[in-house]
Amino acid sequence: MLILGIESSCDETGVALVRDGHEVISNALASQAEVHARFGGVVPEVAARQQLMAFIPVLEVALAQAGVDWNGIDAVAATYGPGLAGPLLVGLTAAKSIAFARGLTFLGVNHLEAHLYANWLHRQGEPHHAPHFPVLSLLVSGAHSELIVIREHGRYALLGQTRDDAAGEAFDKVARMLGLSYPGGPSIQRSAATWPIDQPLPVKVPRAWLRGTNDFSFSGVKTYIANLLRNPDHPPIAAIAAAFQEAIVDVLATKTVAAAKAIGAAEVVLAGGVAANVALRERLESDLRRLHISLRAPRIEWCTDNAAMIAGAAYYHLRRGESSDLSLDVLPSLALPLAQA
Amino acid sequence: MTEANWEQRSASVARTRAIGQRLGAAARPGDILLLIGELGAGKTALTQGLARGLDIGEVVNSPTFTLLKEHRSGRVPLYHFDLYRIERASELIDLGFGEYFGGDGVAVVEWADRVANEIFGSDWLQATITTPNNHGRIIHWRAQGQRAEEWLTATREPL
Repeated sequence: MLILGIESSCDETGVALVRDGHEVISNALASQAEVHARFGGVVPEVAARQQLMAFIPVLEVALAQAGVDWNGIDAVAATYGPGLAGPLLVGLTAAKSIAFARGLTFLGVNHLEAHLYANWLHRQGEPHHAPHFPVLSLLVSGAHSELIVIREHGRYALLGQTRDDAAGEAFDKVARMLGLSYPGGPSIQRSAATWPIDQPLPVKVPRAWLRGTNDFSFSGVKTYIANLLRNPDHPPIAAIAAAFQEAIVDVLATKTVAAAKAIGAAEVVLAGGVAANVALRERLESDLRRLHISLRAPRIEWCTDNAAMIAGAAYYHLRRGESSDLSLDVLPSLALPLAQA
Repeated sequence: MTEANWEQRSASVARTRAIGQRLGAAARPGDILLLIGELGAGKTALTQGLARGLDIGEVVNSPTFTLLKEHRSGRVPLYHFDLYRIERASELIDLGFGEYFGGDGVAVVEWADRVANEIFGSDWLQATITTPNNHGRIIHWRAQGQRAEEWLTATREPL
């Protein structure tokens, strides 16, 4: 089954073609160079109106990359929430219009659920290894810090989430405080790596454990570092970056491992831009190995917002015979069901 | 046009949340709260308290990356904005954000000083949170317009 997926929940416009929920035939984003070239310039990052302009060129790129025409497509899927109402409306309306005009099956997809399905994706010609249930997903990005369990296709639940700032947001904001570049994840990682490994850190950043819950809190870390920097005799930037990264990784890894144990996870999967953090991957890999739980992370282009994950997730609904009515509206505050205690 | 100013201290995050909760309890559809303060000042904490005062049950976390999070589980919808990533007011207008102000919900705007106040109309409450030292915060209230002044008065604890 070849599915056309559309993602427009925030500031990315994406269109992708994915076969049977795993094989990515094409995956186009408005930020891609070839799309910029069609515009004769850079696509402005944040704007629903701009998304409206970006949609058709991105769709054309996705179809051209795949080398298929409309007759080869079996269904159309689009994000209907959570996200920003304006941008969501662009993608969802486009999907419904295509489905109506072509007489195709249409499905609205939950953006959070779709992030999970990035771990089912592979490129054409590469082998397909589906994760084993139950899967625990740590979704960490500028917008998310969530622990989600997926027990079988279509049965997933939110175990925990951030109560204030997302992990990626903490990286970005602390990087700004430290005078490091944007995005904060890579720049803090680089700065932290310059601190000599054999030298003890002259600063320890406190962790918010929120014991008894699977929730996270990263706002206090930011405040702690802001206070630290008010003292002119503060430790070197590299030491603060290393201590900060250590604190974030410690909390993310400890809570993920505890949750994996609690639900009896067969596999832990990462999603979101923070999945690229080397310290996080190494720490999780070594902690999970002891429990004989494997760790996997999607390619980075499937970690951040993209349409391939939308088309991927849609497949597992469509094959059960599910579809959405063309009257489906955007749901900006759409959530995942909470896990039953 | 009326304008009122007031200042209060908060010694802790819990206290900042409690102040927010009083604001939420007195909030009405159409109310606009503008929040100004550096990273870690307590803007999100104040908003979390306000959400509690609106009887919103779910987690209210930072909308920095999404720019807006809508919460509809309370007695009045909460539109929680964060303009940290916004460079120009035109970006806000392009996103159709005008529809959220002065409508059916309460709009809370973090990093409101990144755009000119005129974009929010003529009736809004502004809280500027400063950190005079490493401990404690001072919240400077400024009510612009009659409704904002009423809102602030209803929020003030009895003397």
